[in-house]
Parts: sequence; C-alpha cells; structure tokens
Amino acid sequence: MRRRSAWLYAAALCAYAFLYVPLAIVVLYSFNDSRLNAEWVGFTLAWYKTLFADDQMITAAGNSLLIGIVASFVSTVLGTLAGVAMHRYRLRVLPILIVAPIAIPEILTGVSLLIFFVMLNFTLGLGSVALAHIAFCIGFVAIVVRARLAGMDETLTEAARDCGATPSQAFRRVTLPLIMPGVVAGALMAFTLSIDDFVITFFTAGAGTVTLPLQIYSMIKISVTPEVNAVSTLLMLLTLLLIVVAAKISPTLLRTAREP
Amino acid sequence: MALLDIQRVTRRFGDFTAIDDVSLAIEAGEFFTLLGPSGCGKTTLLRMIAGFDLPDAGRILLNGKDLADTPPERRPVRTVFQSYALFPHMTVEGNVAFPLEMARVPASERKARIEGALEDVRLQGFNKRYPHELSGGQRQRVAIARALVTHPAMLLLDEPLAALDAKLREDLSIELINLQKEVGIAFVYVTHDQSEALALSHRIAVMNRGRVEQLDEPSKIYGFPRTAFVADFIGHCNLFGGPVANRANDVVTVDVADLGPVRVGVAAGIANAAKGTVAIRPEKIRIAASAPEGTPDNHFRGTVEDLLYMGDVTVYRVSTPGGAKVEALLANSQSGRAKFFEVGDAVEMSWPVGAGHFIPE
Amino acid sequence: MASSSQCRLARWVVGGPPLLYLVVFFLIPTLIMVLASFRTPGEFGGLAPIVDETGRLDLNVDSYVRFVTEPVFASVFVKSAWYALLTTLFCLLLAYPLATLIAKSAKRYRDLLLLLVILPFWSNFLIRIYAWMIILGPNAALAKFVNGALALVGAGPVPLLFSGFAVLVCLVYVHLPFMVLPLYANLEKHDQALLDAAQDLGANAWQRFWRITFPLSLPGVYAGAALVFIPALGIFAIPDILGGPDDTLIGNLIKQQFLETRDWPFGSVLSIVLTIAALVLAGIAAWVGRRGTGVRA
Repeated sequence: MRRRSAWLYAAALCAYAFLYVPLAIVVLYSFNDSRLNAEWVGFTLAWYKTLFADDQMITAAGNSLLIGIVASFVSTVLGTLAGVAMHRYRLRVLPILIVAPIAIPEILTGVSLLIFFVMLNFTLGLGSVALAHIAFCIGFVAIVVRARLAGMDETLTEAARDCGATPSQAFRRVTLPLIMPGVVAGALMAFTLSIDDFVITFFTAGAGTVTLPLQIYSMIKISVTPEVNAVSTLLMLLTLLLIVVAAKISPTLLRTAREP
Repeated sequence: MALLDIQRVTRRFGDFTAIDDVSLAIEAGEFFTLLGPSGCGKTTLLRMIAGFDLPDAGRILLNGKDLADTPPERRPVRTVFQSYALFPHMTVEGNVAFPLEMARVPASERKARIEGALEDVRLQGFNKRYPHELSGGQRQRVAIARALVTHPAMLLLDEPLAALDAKLREDLSIELINLQKEVGIAFVYVTHDQSEALALSHRIAVMNRGRVEQLDEPSKIYGFPRTAFVADFIGHCNLFGGPVANRANDVVTVDVADLGPVRVGVAAGIANAAKGTVAIRPEKIRIAASAPEGTPDNHFRGTVEDLLYMGDVTVYRVSTPGGAKVEALLANSQSGRAKFFEVGDAVEMSWPVGAGHFIPE
Repeated sequence: MASSSQCRLARWVVGGPPLLYLVVFFLIPTLIMVLASFRTPGEFGGLAPIVDETGRLDLNVDSYVRFVTEPVFASVFVKSAWYALLTTLFCLLLAYPLATLIAKSAKRYRDLLLLLVILPFWSNFLIRIYAWMIILGPNAALAKFVNGALALVGAGPVPLLFSGFAVLVCLVYVHLPFMVLPLYANLEKHDQALLDAAQDLGANAWQRFWRITFPLSLPGVYAGAALVFIPALGIFAIPDILGGPDDTLIGNLIKQQFLETRDWPFGSVLSIVLTIAALVLAGIAAWVGRRGTGVRA
C-alpha cells in the first residue's frame, strides 16, 4: 500500500513538473540578460523595456483588449440566454449549435468564417475577429450558466411565482442573482478565450490586423527574442489575475465549470 | 359556498393518470389534509391548486371563481414547499419581504407586516440571518412566515415536516395546529404520514392511485374505514374477506376461507352485501394462554409464529390451523420488561362483534 | 402556468438571439464551405464565379476526385491520425496517475490540485508552444545533453526542435488537462468499498487495478480520449511552429490551401473530411460513453 502510493506520488509529481517547468522557463528567461534562450546569464529588465517601446506590440495588445471586451460582453449576454433556454425548454437545434463549435477542431471554424466573410465582402479586421470570437465563446458561457442552473433548486423559481412574482420578476429577482457567479465566470472565461485565441483569429484577421497572439506568432516564426518571454509572462500574469478574481467571486467556480 | 371547490379534476402524464376524476370542497378556516402513499396524486393536486400545473379536465374554483386562467402569482394561495425553497441570497427579512414587494405593499407598511409574520411563527430577532445560518425547524418557520405575510386565503403545505427529525416533528405539529387556529386561514396539508394527518387535521382525504378513497374526520377515518385500502393504510389492520354467510340483528357473519366464520356488527343502514371484508385492529384482539370465559363472539386458536418486541407493546403474528395470519398487539408488563408469549406458544384469540368493522364490497 | 402560446413566445425571446447568432456565424459559414467544396477554384485564388461565362451553374466534384486519387493527401490524414493516437496514449499514461492521486487526496486539497492541472491550460496556447521551442532549442541544455550522450555511442547529433518528436511532446503537453479532467471526474466517484471487497476476496493491488478500477474508469478514459484525439487531429499551430518539413498534418494542409495556394474548393474538401472524421469520433465517444455508464451503475 505504502509503496504503491510512493509510486503514485512520483508519477504525479512528474506530471506536474511536465506541466509547469516549461512555463517557468519562459518566465525565467524573460529576465535573462541574453538574446539566446539557452542559459542563464544575468538578471535584467531590458526585455520589458523593449516590449513597452514596441509600438506594434502595444497596438496588438490594444486590439486584443478591445476584441476581448466586446466579444466577452456580447457572448456573455447571448450565452446566458442560451444557457437559460437550454435549461428551461426542450430544444433540439440550439444545444447542437452550442456544442459543435467547441467539439470540432478550431481550424474548421476559422476557415469557414474566412470563406463566409470574404464571400459577403466583409472587410477582414477587428470586426470580423470579434464576430468570430463571439461565435465560439457563446458555447462556453452557455455551458457554465446551464451547469449553474442545473445545480439550482427548481422550486426556488416556483416559490418566487408563488410569492406573487411574474415570470420575468422571478427571473430578475431570484434566478439571475443565483446564477450570477456562473455568468461572471462565463464572462471571464470568454474574455480569456478571446484574448488567447490564435487559430480562429489567424484566419479571420486579414492582412493588416494584429492581435497579441498573432504578434507573438510572427515573432516566434521570424526571430525569437526574449521580448516574447516578457509579453508571455505579462499575459500569464493577466490570466492568473482573472482566475483569482473569478475564484473570489465564485468559490464554487471550479466545481461548476467542471461539470458541464 | 366552499372556499375551494375542486370539480371532477383529472390530470394525466402520458399513460399515467395522476389525478382521476377527483372532486372535493375545502371550507374556509379548515385544516384539510391530503393523505396517501407516494405517487397517489396528492402533490399533483396541490400543485394544481397553487397553479404550477393545470388539470386536463375539470375545474378548480376559489370563492366560486375558476382559476384556470390565473397564473400562480395572481392566486391568493401560498405554498410552503417541502424543501422550503427559501431564497439563499436573501436574509430572513428579505425572504419575508419578497411577497410584499411583489404585491407592491408600501415600504412604510412592510416593516410591521414582516414583524407580525415573524411573530406568528415565533422567530423575532432573526431578520438579518441568511437561510444557511438557520436550523431546519427555523427554516420551516421562515417559509411559513413568507407564505402568511400577504394574508392569503389559503396555505398549501407540501410535507413540511418530512425533512425534520422525529422529536422536532412532534413539537412543530403542535405549533402548526396553534398557528392555524390563530391565523384562521385554511390549511391544505399534504403528507404520507398517517399519524401526522390524524393529529393535525379537521378533515382528511385519503388518496390512492389518483382517487379519493375516503374523505372524513380523523376519528371516522381510523374507526370506520370505508375501503380496505384506507383500513390498511391508516395504522395496521387485519383484513378478513369472504362471502356473507348470514345477517341477523345488525350482525353479519363473513365466511373467511382460511379462518372460519367471523362475526361483526354493522350499522343499521348498511345495505345487504353478498361479499365483504372484516377489518379489525391488532390492539382490539384479546390474546391469552387459556380459553376466554363465557362464549365470545369470535374465538380462534393459533400458534405464535413471529413476534416484534417494541418496548411498551409486542406485536404477535399468530397463525391459525386453517393457515390464516392474525396480527395481535398486547401491552407488555408495566415496566415493559416482560412480554407474555414466545414463538411457538399456543394462544387463544377472541374479540367481540363490536371490535371489527365491516367493509361491504 | 402560462398558456402554450405564451410559452412558445418566451422560448423564442430567450433562445432566439443566441440561436440566430450561431445560425449566421456558425451554421451558414459551414454550409457555405460545403458549397465551396463543389466549386471551381478562381484564377487568382479563392473561388471562380458560381455561374460560368456560358451561364451554367459551375458545380463539380473535381476537388473530391483529387483528394481520393492523389494518395499524398490520404497519407497526411493517416499521419495526423497516428500523431493524434500517440498523443492520446501518452496523455492517458501521464493523466492516470495524476487523476488517481487527485481523486485519492483529501477533499480539501482536491480543488487546488485540479486547479493546478487546469491553470497551464489557461495560459496562452502560443506561449505553451514557445516554451517548448526554448526547451528543445539547439543551444539549450537538453539538446546538448542528448547529443553529447549520442556522441558517446558514436551516433550523430539529432535536432530536437523542428522534428516529429517536438510536435508530439507539445501535443501531449497541450492536451494533458483534457485527459485529466474526465478521468478525475470518473475516479472520484469510485467507491472505496469495492476495492476493499476485492482485497477481501483475495485480489492483490495489481489485480484490483486491472479487474476493478480500470474497467470502471473506462467511461472517463473514452471521454478523455475523445477530448484529446479530436482537437489533436486538427491541430495546425504546433506542427507549423515546432515541426520539420515532414511534419505536415491536416491542419497545415488546410491552412496552405486557404492562405498560400489559395485553392479554396480543395481546402474546403479537406475541412469537410476533417469535420466528418471529428463528428464520427465524437459520436462514437458519446455512444461508447453512454454504454459505459450502464456498466458503472
């Protein structure tokens, strides 16, 4: 028994190391005083200075932020509606359309939207990227919201009606406050997904528009410098921050997000 | 005119008939209980009164007005849910204030109404607590206060004691009786617990398979069950069925196949029946080691086959030479330390004609 | 209760907007792609007009014929499936002990341990690929160590980066959380009494695992396999960044057709084949999973 669990600890420790060592190296080398990501030379903040002086990077970050805010806002509204609809009514089409963009490889959503926008003569750019992001974020929000609703006692809505509330009053006063942690979690999730998305953005952004992941992509394709490490570190910090905020708002977030 | 009039209501779910042509009337100020096993339709009926479900056929009238087009929020009836359904994001006060806000009661009036409702359920001082900070009994009181605060015409209670432990259940039963007396509102109470129903109600409707088997006062339900189902569901009962062999002077003799002739008194008005069942409660059967003195109306020999020692009493299951199983209940010695018979003992059972109850078929 | 017409109205008010959005921005684009697969590529890329000069509707199956007749494309699919399969297997090997450990640890630590598995998933996809560029880079310690060891036995140096190895390692890295989560969800529900009973009946640790734990965890394994295999099949960024010249997978091929060769009809054919493969696999996983739950009950 004892020996077996020692074995288990060792294997699990390896798995955790496998997950974290690469990210730790990225962070570490962002402070490394060397152009090469090969060995530790000395501490510097130079790469962060380079980063903040990089106009292209700043523009890309601004674009990402803008798209992230718009996409997460719209997809949270639509996703919450979808979650409520799927919980309340027996629907056939909506659940399929909710799950499909999540289930199929991302590249397919990307290329089909590319054809779609081009055929409509819709100029590729920030607008097309935001529209595309909303399309794949709705599903994530809807699943989180529906999980939250499924965990809610159905009689609470009935109790509100019984107390004299109309269906819409019951929704606003009872259902919505109770699923709010799910909605907020969904919004943060959508924001993170949008900020991080590379594949779909890659196909729908067109030539002139750059987001943070696209900028990182072209940098690592062309010339790798620790500036990428610096922007990566900041991006990871932002994500971590969002997760901490989400966990503060809804301590059960993990539990609801886990059981779609 | 009755407060609530249920007229020939039927409700089906697919092939399953949850409520089958039920009619009953509930009077103002009455403590009325729907009693039955799970799946008998009592909760469905309650939900239709509250408005969460609609009958497929029949009408539900409140003060003579058909409720069919009135959604739950506009019906002057309030429900105390089995799970209490307190809003977890609101305080006790917030929960009780909710129906007042929905009814647009002016804010100036609310405070007094909330205090009044909390006083009714003896829960003053808990205003700022959240539901998760309350005990089961306290939650139930909040649910009742929330339901009473708008002075509805009728309160519906769906197994409100089921989630509580036995001791608390007894205390709260007494409080419920007093509360109902105090507020004078009609209570419609749903339960599967017969002792709860007998203790609380003015009238009981015993339901089975979507039908009302008997609607009566508690003592009538217990003492004069109209069907074998009611006799068996309300406490334990020996049921002996068979053809009527003889009827004379308000005493009927039923020929029970595996037992023999059983004599039972019937009310004068009962029509002649060819067949019927004799219902007799275990505690009405005299059980002794020696033959009873004189010639009792019913007298059978048997052997103790099983027994259940329950402290104050012991339940003996006696089998007769013909193969009938008779259940008899006997108080143990005063201290409860000794029971009188063991398995295998030969016993004599007897009871007078008045002890049984005849249910014609 | 509201009358049925009111109910239907509410249904549309609530479900209508998201439905409309997904129809316009997911369903219609997908259908347009299906249509595009039957069209002729344009002279300068994209699509030729759907009605040609003679006024006839120009729809054909040329691109499908090309896909079937040129074996190079089928071989790319096979290679992609092979990489996805290997990814799934390695993920399973790494995830099983991890999920077991989390499921067996004290309740108050479980959420934290699980969070630690999910956390890397929330960091940017490209950053995670980039991390492996650093680790596997020619000047990094790992490459020096491996090639030093190889030199001792007289073998020539091998590049770690820009190779199938790099692609595979990163595929496993990126998809590991998708295997851990369903496995954990399954293992957490296992009843310790079953293992105690098996031990009581004389099963040793090894037998207990193979006869009790593993068969009961199969629904979780299938779910995890689907969650790993399907996205791994369509991946394009990882081989694009970490792969060598031989590591062209379906995703790269699709990207090529749309952005470089600009043969949209053929790109659409490839996408459709990939979609069908993904949907069939998801369907099988759902079907097996449903049968599996019967075993678990």
